[in-house]
Amino acid sequence: MKILVAVKRVIDYNVQIRVKEDGSGVVTDNVKMSTNPPDDNAVEEAVKIKESGKAKEIVAVTVGEEKAQETVRKALAVGADRGILVKASGTIEPLAVAKILQKIVEKEKPDLVFMGKQAIDDDCNQTGQMLAAILNWPQATFASKIDVKENVLEVTREVDEGLETIEVKIPSIVTCDLRLNEPRYASLPNIMKAKKKPLEQIDASELGIDIKPRIEQIKVEEPPKRKAGIKVSSVEELVQKLKNEAKVI
Amino acid sequence: MSVLLIAEHNNKEIKPFTLNAITAASQINDDLHVLVIGKNADPVAKSLSEVPNVKKVIHVDNDIYENYIAENYTPVILKHAENYSHIVCSANTFGKNLMPRIAALLDTSQVSDIIKVISEDTFLRPIYAGNAFATVKSTDKKKCVTIRPTSFDPAPTSGGSAEIVRGENTDPSQNTKFVKKEEIKSDRPELGTARIVISGGRGMQSGENFKLITAIADKLNAAIGASRAAVDAGYITNDHQVGQTGKVVVPDLYIAVGISGAIQHLAGMKESKVIVAINKDGEAPIFSVADYGLEADLFDALPKFLEELNKLNTIQK
Repeated sequence: MKILVAVKRVIDYNVQIRVKEDGSGVVTDNVKMSTNPPDDNAVEEAVKIKESGKAKEIVAVTVGEEKAQETVRKALAVGADRGILVKASGTIEPLAVAKILQKIVEKEKPDLVFMGKQAIDDDCNQTGQMLAAILNWPQATFASKIDVKENVLEVTREVDEGLETIEVKIPSIVTCDLRLNEPRYASLPNIMKAKKKPLEQIDASELGIDIKPRIEQIKVEEPPKRKAGIKVSSVEELVQKLKNEAKVI
Repeated sequence: MSVLLIAEHNNKEIKPFTLNAITAASQINDDLHVLVIGKNADPVAKSLSEVPNVKKVIHVDNDIYENYIAENYTPVILKHAENYSHIVCSANTFGKNLMPRIAALLDTSQVSDIIKVISEDTFLRPIYAGNAFATVKSTDKKKCVTIRPTSFDPAPTSGGSAEIVRGENTDPSQNTKFVKKEEIKSDRPELGTARIVISGGRGMQSGENFKLITAIADKLNAAIGASRAAVDAGYITNDHQVGQTGKVVVPDLYIAVGISGAIQHLAGMKESKVIVAINKDGEAPIFSVADYGLEADLFDALPKFLEELNKLNTIQK
């Protein structure tokens, strides 16, 4: 079995976002970037499946500028075998990413495609489902447990009401939740080895698809700030404030 | 052109967030039609026909729609989508799973998780865990939009009398099979719609200690929330998680106990009307969004809090 894992380079989850003064977006210059957190879970799960002997090859793919290959190198350092960078600049909407990944799937013919359930920059939560739709493959989103069985996956999904289990036929798309596993750290020797693993570069313009944005970003602004609160000195004072000042209990 | 909203329900009742999505949908265009896909879901179709904002209910009923499977819902929606300018639903796990599948097949770039309708094609949506708001304009002919339910009031549920028409079903998917759902039943208010939410974090130290929170939730008729750290540690189940990748809540009162206040948690609760933080670390970021901060050991503070609540003559429910 072959697993394709899609990863995205985003502003690190610990960085306090700053909005650009001209309203054109958020500041990304000199800001720490890293792999979108649930994409790390997607890579980890693929590696675990390979270690269990149920998969032979893992290919990590990303879409973005030259530097986005860092995320692919990181995937290679924890166990992916090969990498692909699809070069594209500017805003690439989830629909465009899905169309790019469709081309990669047609070329690589994986049995499974894994990725994070949501990117923490645009918070769209779309790409996996869109890819599943255009490939006409089944989808298992928000996965917190994956069992690889014969020709099918049994996937436990985190949904609003609790947990749901579904069975999807292979080939299928899985989008991963943060609770799926504990992503490992890359060891230094493996980081060195990853530098020698093959990383193919493809220009998105060569794929013959329209990836122009369909959504115009008019402006980006800071959310309204909360007014500063107060510290109370005791539980008694807290309850009195809630009762008599805020009037919420 | 009209708006088509996909209803979320359990074949007997409308899920509450559908009503919030109805409010947003009718702000886009007041000719709002609702599609109900289910098994023996007549009571749902009837309830929706009584919602004054709804102009027409399309009901597709078949045994194959007993459980909600995106692969089975999608072709039905596409079959009915032709005459609509917008396809909308709520941005909870139901809509997040479903809408991109529809959008991709309509070749439309979806607008996710809107918090405000500015015009038929322009919307406000949070990005970067709510640390920035983007105003976006969709240029696609047909628009697919998901709605953050807590940003809109629920629509009134009586007084309307929309017509109910039968829609056509399509063949079920052979590739996806529902196995089971482990739904946690509780008499408490739902986290997403509760007036008061009390949440515990890593500071709770164990699942057992959540009984301190439960006792206060009982007293206040509150829903129980949790930070990701508490869920990851196994103190409480995933359906309680509040945050960027969990649930977004906007209660009148949010009480954060033993929660440090990572950006990702704040994303799920910082729009609450009144926020209380109880934490022994005075420097914890949660205090930056709290209206009332109490720097204290939660194991002392929570029993005292309950005691003080018990002394009150009346408590708003």
